[in-house]
Amino acid sequence: MKMKTIKTCVTALISALLVFSNVAYADKWSDQFPHIKATGDIPGECSYESMSKKDYSGKTLKINTHAVPVMGEPTALHAEQFAKLTGAKVDVTHTPAGDLYAKAMVPFQAGQAPYDIVFGFSNFINDWRRYLAPVPKKYTDMKQMKDVTPSHIGIASWDGVMYQFPVDGDRHYLKYRKDVIDNPEYQKKYKADTGKELKVPTTWKEYGEMAAYFNDWDWDGDGEKEYGSAEVMKKDDLMYAAFYSRSAAYSKNPKTPGGFFFDLETMTPLINNPGFVEALTDWVAATKYVPPGGINFGLGDEIGSFGGGQTLFSFSWDDAFVAAMQPDSPINNKVGAAQLPGSTKVWNRKTNSWDEGFNQAPFFVWGWAVGVAKKSKEQEMAFDYLCFFANEANHQADIGIGRFGVNPFRDADFQADVWTQIGWDKDIAQSYVDTLAEMEKSKNRVFPLRVPGTFEFNAALATAAAKALAGQLSPQAALDEAAKQWNDILNRVGKDNVRKAYSVGVAMEDNKL
Amino acid sequence: MNFKHKFVFLFPGLFVLIGILIFPIIFTIRLSLSGWNSYTPEMNFIGITNYIRLFTDDPRFWESFFRLSFLSVSTVILQYIIGFALALMVWKEIKFKRFFRVIFLIPMMTTPVIMTVIWRTFFHESLGPVNDLLGHIGIGPILWLSDPVIAKFTVIIVEVWQWTPFMFLLLLAGLLSLPKEPFLAAAIDGASPFRKFVYVTFPLMAPISIGAIIIRLIEASKIMDTVFVLTSGGPGTATETSSFYIYIKGLREFQMGYAATLSFTYLVIMIISLTIIAKVLTKLMIKE
Repeated sequence: MKMKTIKTCVTALISALLVFSNVAYADKWSDQFPHIKATGDIPGECSYESMSKKDYSGKTLKINTHAVPVMGEPTALHAEQFAKLTGAKVDVTHTPAGDLYAKAMVPFQAGQAPYDIVFGFSNFINDWRRYLAPVPKKYTDMKQMKDVTPSHIGIASWDGVMYQFPVDGDRHYLKYRKDVIDNPEYQKKYKADTGKELKVPTTWKEYGEMAAYFNDWDWDGDGEKEYGSAEVMKKDDLMYAAFYSRSAAYSKNPKTPGGFFFDLETMTPLINNPGFVEALTDWVAATKYVPPGGINFGLGDEIGSFGGGQTLFSFSWDDAFVAAMQPDSPINNKVGAAQLPGSTKVWNRKTNSWDEGFNQAPFFVWGWAVGVAKKSKEQEMAFDYLCFFANEANHQADIGIGRFGVNPFRDADFQADVWTQIGWDKDIAQSYVDTLAEMEKSKNRVFPLRVPGTFEFNAALATAAAKALAGQLSPQAALDEAAKQWNDILNRVGKDNVRKAYSVGVAMEDNKL
Repeated sequence: MNFKHKFVFLFPGLFVLIGILIFPIIFTIRLSLSGWNSYTPEMNFIGITNYIRLFTDDPRFWESFFRLSFLSVSTVILQYIIGFALALMVWKEIKFKRFFRVIFLIPMMTTPVIMTVIWRTFFHESLGPVNDLLGHIGIGPILWLSDPVIAKFTVIIVEVWQWTPFMFLLLLAGLLSLPKEPFLAAAIDGASPFRKFVYVTFPLMAPISIGAIIIRLIEASKIMDTVFVLTSGGPGTATETSSFYIYIKGLREFQMGYAATLSFTYLVIMIISLTIIAKVLTKLMIKE
């Protein structure tokens, strides 16, 4: 009898949960859309339930996004879901990273809107904002927007107006193979062979030494060779961001505020100073410890290489780390996260000498950005799509899939529980969120360029760095070439135009905003 | 017939010519005299500033042009030699002649971009089958796409594979159209196959060869898709060609005015150089 009562109570409790909880509420949606099976639908203004009440039958939404998988895959997936829910027809065009800027700018400048929604990088904002519709108040006031971190609200906005709908938040940090670095046998062997400690590298020199040591041999016993590091080295595939990450420790001196890329007063390019040259010299050395062909690795290759267990280290966006932590990864729960390595010296441009001592500077790469064309005739549907893309259920599912390229940008993402729920070990989840949180707290951060002609500046830098990596020029000669081109671009764009926009980023770096 | 009536009949052709050739060239010239870019999207007039920049301050364009010259000349020479050899092979009565003719044409029928993606996968240094196979016999890994010198030869391999069939097709058509009498006369005189080729086949094929070489040179000088997919112009700028560089300046960095300057200059250079090449080839290959 007692047993029967307990059973009845348990059944009643489960039934109540099924009826009243979010999970139960969402089950009807997760049945149709398995992507959100972990959480089900989560109530909100742009939830599955809310979107199902919209009717966009007979209307077509046109989207230009990145190539599959990074950002391209979630765009297409959510487009398909949105179409099913609302009856809209959604056309998704996939474009390589290097062409996203022009694919939007050509029609923008011609006064056309072949795409209602355009994806790009958040540092395009200064060039694109003239052609984008501001995000309506209805969306900026929504609950899901209130959880976005202030830094990412700032990133999506210009002069207080939000032009880019937050769907991603990026930064660079170090990823390493925990099963190797924490392995007592390898620690002993490394000490015996090099006389140094095997530990999470805190400087780029240590990073290079360890990567070189663990290069080109089978250190995980899978019958295949592993390598030291996977990095984004392909010229047209965001490699400039990887270079800035390697440069920050050597060139971002907290004693010399007033600019990382330029001296804000004189607008002299700083990218060929000894700090940047030291970083490029390290990077040229890194070509010896990347996998064969690593010099041509784009972001997708880097994610696949580190996420697939091919290398000891990697240091770009979250994607490779999240890919490594997916249940189907061969290195699931065998990786760790840490701050970008630092340096034992940093260039002081005021004294023209090195300041000795440890220095570290996180690089906030910002991330994928997306806006709605001002000339779009389907603005309401376009914003609804973006709001649906970033709704809580989709967001939680997306951030757990490395190849999607959707990374934390909400306060809720910085809780370890979010990650342990999808199968991460507790200590790894904690180290991950701690790493991200520490970056937010740092007072010596670097933010990317958000100035007129950003694409030209970065392309010139990437070409020069690529020449150095390929052995066509020495690091100093390559960066001198880049600095000369930066001066030429400054002259074409106008120093004052660039200074005005750059001063916003400098204020952020100098902790004045 | 009244002169004016004849003139009216010329109008449709003239309109088409103006629409598809003259107008784009004039527009390009006008654009090249402007500073149109991402932050000043307008057809302003800046005189010959872009041309001065090109001729005094852009070594990357000239490097890419000389690289293009090397790639196009070497690929076309290889395509001509291999294409001629294949055409001679199936010109004669051999078994499975029709089968071979179809087989040799397959690369040309495939989509260049898709085939280049497949070649890129073949040549992938750590995951591709080429290095894997070479590894079994103790060779490699060869840096097919990462070494500045080897990457150029990888581009040449793919281009030769893709476009040799075109050369083969033109030369085979030429061989099939040759008169039989000179060959009969050579046979009666007891000429060896080598002497027949040198003194009969090759001279008779000279006009067709020149045409085929010029057509392929024009096409090869526009090489873009192979470079774009295979190497993206890298490593560094080691495989960057003129058309790829113009594409970068115009559609990646959005310097439309300057890209127009590069395009127009490139057009002029190509017209002059191809005219000279055609005349030199005619002089070398056709003897009065």
